[in-house]
Order: sequence, then C-alpha cells, then structure tokens
Amino acid sequence: MEPIVLNYQVDGEDFSTAGEASSAVKKALKQLGFSPDVIRRVAIAMYEGEINMVIHADGGEATAEISQEEIRIILADRGPGIKDIDLAMQEGYSTAPEEVRNLGFGAGMGLPNIKKYSDELKIESTPGVGTTLRILIRT
Amino acid sequence: MKLSKVKELLDAEILCCDGALDCEVMNACGSDMMSDVLAYVKDQSILLTGLMNPQVVRTAQMMDMKCIVFVRGKKPNEAVLSLAEENGIMVMTTEYRLYTACGLLFSNGLYCEGVDKV
Ligand SMILES: Nc1ncnc2c1ncn2[C@@H]1O[C@H](COP(=O)(O)OP(=O)(O)OP(=O)(O)O)[C@@H](O)[C@H]1O
Ligand SMILES: [Mg+2]
Repeated sequence: MEPIVLNYQVDGEDFSTAGEASSAVKKALKQLGFSPDVIRRVAIAMYEGEINMVIHADGGEATAEISQEEIRIILADRGPGIKDIDLAMQEGYSTAPEEVRNLGFGAGMGLPNIKKYSDELKIESTPGVGTTLRILIRT
Repeated sequence: MKLSKVKELLDAEILCCDGALDCEVMNACGSDMMSDVLAYVKDQSILLTGLMNPQVVRTAQMMDMKCIVFVRGKKPNEAVLSLAEENGIMVMTTEYRLYTACGLLFSNGLYCEGVDKV
C-alpha cells in the first residue's frame, strides 16, 4: 500500500464542527481495512487532539499519514501554547473555562488519554507561538 | 439486550435510525462529561446523557457506540440528529432522569459480569 496523506483545516470558531477531521480519518481507515482496534485508537487519540485545538487554540491543521505499518497524526496550531507540558499531561489538569465544561469537556483527561492510546506521543509547544502534537500508532 | 427492549424499559421515543432496534447490546454508560466517556468507557454500546450538542454524537461515533439515549425528555436539534443518522447511530429520548434510566437498564440485566471500576 502506498502511504496516504490526508490533510484538514480545523475551524476554531465553530465547536459544532469539531471532530470532522477525526471522523473523516476514521472512515478512511475503515475503508482501507484496518482492524477495529487500530481504528478506535486512532479515532479517540485524534479526536481528543482535535477538540483540544478547538477549545484551547482557535483551531489549526490536522494531518494523517497512513501506511500499512503505522499511522501518524500531526495536529498543529498557532494557539497560546502549553507552558508546562508535564503538568498538562497529568490526569485532571485543565485550564478549560466553565463554558467548555458545560459542553462536556475540560476534565483534564485528553492528553493522558492520547498517551494511553498511542505508541508514541510527542508534544512541541512554545508559549505565544503554538503547539504541535505528533501521535504515532502502530497497526 | 436488544435495543427494542431498551426502548421499552425506558418508555422511550425513537428519533432516528429505528432500523437498529434488533441490534444486541451488552453494556451502557451514563455521563454528561464527554471527556470521561472518552477516557473511561470500554465497549459500552449505549450512551445515556443529558448533554445536547453534536459532540455527543461525535464521541459516540469515536467509541463505536450504537445508540444514544437523551434523558429528562430532551430532544436534540436537527443538526445533532442528522449527524447521528449519517453515522448510523440510533437516537432515543426518555422522560426518565439519568440516574433512573441507568438504573432501569442495569436492574433489568444490562451490565457485564465482573468489576467495573476504573
Ligand atoms: N492545543 C493546545 N493549545 C494550548 N493548550 C493546550 C492544548 N492542548 C492542551 N492544552 C492545555 O493542556 C491542558 C490539558 O489538556 P487535556 O486535553 O488533557 O485536558 P482538557 O482539554 O482541559 O480537558 P479534556 O481533554 O478532559 O476535555 C488543557 O486544559 C490546556 O491548558
Ligand atoms: Mg482535551
């Protein structure tokens, strides 16, 4: 199988469309015949990252690089960045405001959950510049 | 348990994808926090919630769930329903509150044997 690259702009203004990129990737993986376990791990990890881009960073760009052996998800934004990545990785740590909690998010579980479902997670972040998540899932 | 039985126990109204009534489900979860659903749920096929936005459907979709039950008589808008329809996720609404709706399903046998602690 030739590697496939899928690319999406994630709209930071519209909470209701958040998850469209993850949904499209999930459908593509299903069509390509990946196992349900791999598809679910990619879907959850990417969706958590996509939601983070919308609620914390005003949107950004999502890319999926798909090959037989591995799936790489890259989520890049120009949001406020994460000052203390170790702290952000802790379960329960969240800076999400009340209105985000009212939408059902902001428990501080997203980043730990991405780590749990991926084989590798790299976070590069510079305050005031933006954040890039690189998620690797082996198939 | 069949989804038709879930509908009956919850005295629920079906809002979309009634073709799934024959579908068998083994477990359910109830939460208004999608963060927790994404982090803790494993193989539950029904999501009971009082939260009403498209991310409820997205969360159910990512978790491969088959049915969403909106509690406290809530009815989602067209956008939420069409997203569910598009993804083949059945949607019901029940007058019961979250606690009672979950309790009704649990006490009628909708749970998996074994420990359900995180
Ligand atoms: N893309 C991002 N840009 C800026 N800050 C971020 C970004 N992603 C995460 N963060 C910061 O890291 C914290 C922890 O993120 P995490 O996804 O674990 O939790 P959450 O998004 O707050 O809540 P949940 O994911 O449970 O809905 C966030 O509250 C936020 O402060
Ligand atoms: Mg998050």
